[in-house]
Amino acid sequence: MSRTPLDTVEHAAATPDVELPWAELGLKKDEYERVVEILGRRPTGAELAMYSVMWSEHCSYKSSKVHLRQFGEKAPRSDAMLVGIGENAGVVDVGQGYAVTFKVESHNHPSYVEPYQGAATGVGGIVRDIIAMGARPVAVVDPLRFGAADHPDTKRVLPGVVAGIGGYGNCLGLPNIGGEVVFDACYQGNPLVNAGAIGVMRHEDIHLAKASGAGNKVILYGARTGGDGIGGASILASETFDDAKPSKRPAVQVGDPFQEKLLIECTLEAFQEKLVVGIQDLGAAGLSCATSELASNGSGGMRVTLDDVPLRDSTLSPEEILMSESQERMCAVVEPEKVDRFLEICEKWDVIATVIGEVTDGDRLEIFWHGGKIVDVDPRTVAHDGPVYERPYARPEWQDALQADDANKLPRPQSSGELKDQVLKLVGSPNQASKQWITQQYDHFVQGNTVLAQPEDSGMIRVDEESGLGVAIATDGNGRYAKLDPYTGAQLALAEAYRNVATTGAKPLAVSDCLNFGSPEDPAVMWQFAEAVRGLADGCLQLGTPVTGGNVSLYNQTGEAAIHPTPVVAVLGVIDDVARRTPVAFQEDGQLLYLLGDTREEFGGSAWSQVVHDHLGGLPPKVDLERERLLGEILISASRDGMIDSAHDLSDGGLVQAVVESALLGGRGARLVVPDGLDAFTFLFSESAGRAVVAVPRSEEVRFNDMCGARGLPVTRIGVVDGETVEVQGEFSLSLTDLREAHEGTIPGLLA
Amino acid sequence: MARVVVDVMLKPEILDPQGQAVQRALPRLGFEGISDVRQGKRFELEVDGPVDDAALARIHDLAESFLANTVIEDFTVRVESEDAVAEAVK
Repeated sequence: MSRTPLDTVEHAAATPDVELPWAELGLKKDEYERVVEILGRRPTGAELAMYSVMWSEHCSYKSSKVHLRQFGEKAPRSDAMLVGIGENAGVVDVGQGYAVTFKVESHNHPSYVEPYQGAATGVGGIVRDIIAMGARPVAVVDPLRFGAADHPDTKRVLPGVVAGIGGYGNCLGLPNIGGEVVFDACYQGNPLVNAGAIGVMRHEDIHLAKASGAGNKVILYGARTGGDGIGGASILASETFDDAKPSKRPAVQVGDPFQEKLLIECTLEAFQEKLVVGIQDLGAAGLSCATSELASNGSGGMRVTLDDVPLRDSTLSPEEILMSESQERMCAVVEPEKVDRFLEICEKWDVIATVIGEVTDGDRLEIFWHGGKIVDVDPRTVAHDGPVYERPYARPEWQDALQADDANKLPRPQSSGELKDQVLKLVGSPNQASKQWITQQYDHFVQGNTVLAQPEDSGMIRVDEESGLGVAIATDGNGRYAKLDPYTGAQLALAEAYRNVATTGAKPLAVSDCLNFGSPEDPAVMWQFAEAVRGLADGCLQLGTPVTGGNVSLYNQTGEAAIHPTPVVAVLGVIDDVARRTPVAFQEDGQLLYLLGDTREEFGGSAWSQVVHDHLGGLPPKVDLERERLLGEILISASRDGMIDSAHDLSDGGLVQAVVESALLGGRGARLVVPDGLDAFTFLFSESAGRAVVAVPRSEEVRFNDMCGARGLPVTRIGVVDGETVEVQGEFSLSLTDLREAHEGTIPGLLA
Repeated sequence: MARVVVDVMLKPEILDPQGQAVQRALPRLGFEGISDVRQGKRFELEVDGPVDDAALARIHDLAESFLANTVIEDFTVRVESEDAVAEAVK
């Protein structure tokens, strides 16, 4: 493609009246005017490309920023926090000189367009964030949301997404240890494909994304740059699909996990030899993002020669090279005398590496093409000084009516037979059914350090073979709760993930989040977002678990219909010795079952109300974070001191769901007695938060009760592990065979 | 009976890791002078009855909706003459 004349900075200054396609690139008029004001002239095509992708919602967080600040302002003091928000991923001290980095991101829109590649490159992207911090990736997790389980499009999207996650992760040799699969019609056309990853490093290995030291070289390494995902960041994340004409659809990014594996090994080797000053992975907005962020986080000056970027397609224009989202690329800043060694390591791993520029004294990011200067900007204006919107938000009118439509008033089962039928229906419903058909397509155990994986409450990885030090991660989010009350819903997601980590015996340390919402231009959605962020920040402060980073995904809506507000919260915990973990499965007949916490009549947003009545209304369960903390302490102590042999947190589906899962996983039934003061229905189906069910060996009964009593945690004996059935005395008995058929047959029946 | 061939190729701008792997292997095996390799799929459909416009339209439909993932792939449909089929059998 010959472009005459080249749109250089000089040319732009001389031709102020040339019209640029800023609107097509997703910029608003005032944003374009701001660019002109910053530069004091019209931008060149290349500059416009950079500003438009970097100022897109996806990269600039322009609608969410004003709210996200709370995560910093309300951050609890935490000695564990080594690197906080703003870097590629947060880093947490887990003791013994080890640090762990983890983060959750969304790859929602690409996964709807092309499920396999969208999900695969989602895994690839989050793994590169982890490498960029200096850590070796050790595990991935995938919280997923799809449309109705029986909708034909779910059969297109889900298998592709699952195969993409499995394919990429398995090729990289990373175990997939957790996540969720949720079905709800609100995600039809807007599936949520969130991907999380964990990496481990020694404290001294932490690396940051900044380019300092004039004369240091900027090296682009990894895959060649092609036309992948051009404009993906601005076009896909900024507009709804209705607006996206086929011609605007960017080329789908295709992942190559084997290239990524080489990138991991090559990067870690370069780190080990201390060759790297600063590093950044190339994700959304590609080189535009990497160069402007590296430069602005350092001293500010950088000169790049775009002609040196290795291309897969020689016809690409400089704008396209800057916007390309080709996968499996990274950018490193290396001292001149170490460049040769860096390139040698890249060659050893068969990774293409090219010096494309250097750090300069000034504070300008200058990019050259065919000898002409096509970009001359202050990198901070590109990377950090994007527009910030105080979007109007307002509690939607329908919120009161929704909350008044009390689920506690729904007709309840009138007989034992009806109760039994509803239990079977619940445990066999798509959201409550076993997800093993899906999770078995992922490798859980590769690398040999997986201690727990789905369907356990948290995924757990051994970090140190000698001491048994390990980390646990759980991700949770309940869009139904958040729809009823976004503030409480976000706290419930936090509480559940916190509880899940504690239930397995690990101490919760830090939080990452992926906030999935509809269009921020709708005040109702913006209110949901503001409330959820406020709830999460308040909750994290109270629990002492800081948010270390995360991701916001907006515009998850088709036409007027937004998804349920879906804040997905990941909690990371640490356990001194993974041998002390607590599994979900019942271990031994005769062990006593205790219910920890208070059970109230709370059915708003419950699985029961969805499965039996297809209803969403009322208020979500009450949150008591002090109670969550106490429950967590008890569960961790009990695990460390060997007082409990299994434990399961109570969340959606209530007690009966938890007991059935523990029974099926252990291959042992349970006899339950409805405690005084509760009716059988509330006992089984209530979704009150702050609860767990534990199995206590008889020899530990006194000690366990004393501990709970001394700490003031309500504890109720509800039965015993025994036999081949789950029996609720005086009500019904269901054989494990029947329960298994209901629980494990649903998903294969729908999707296989 | 006639044979219709549907060739499915990744669109030119889409990364083809398999093709790249083949290309990288060539010089190692002593085959020089190949600068790029793209790998695709070929479907051979044996059609009952005449291959008229209606039949071709039907095949175009099935290729578009099933054989090719048009988000990332292009396809072409062409008729192999009956003679060519006979030739191939020999």
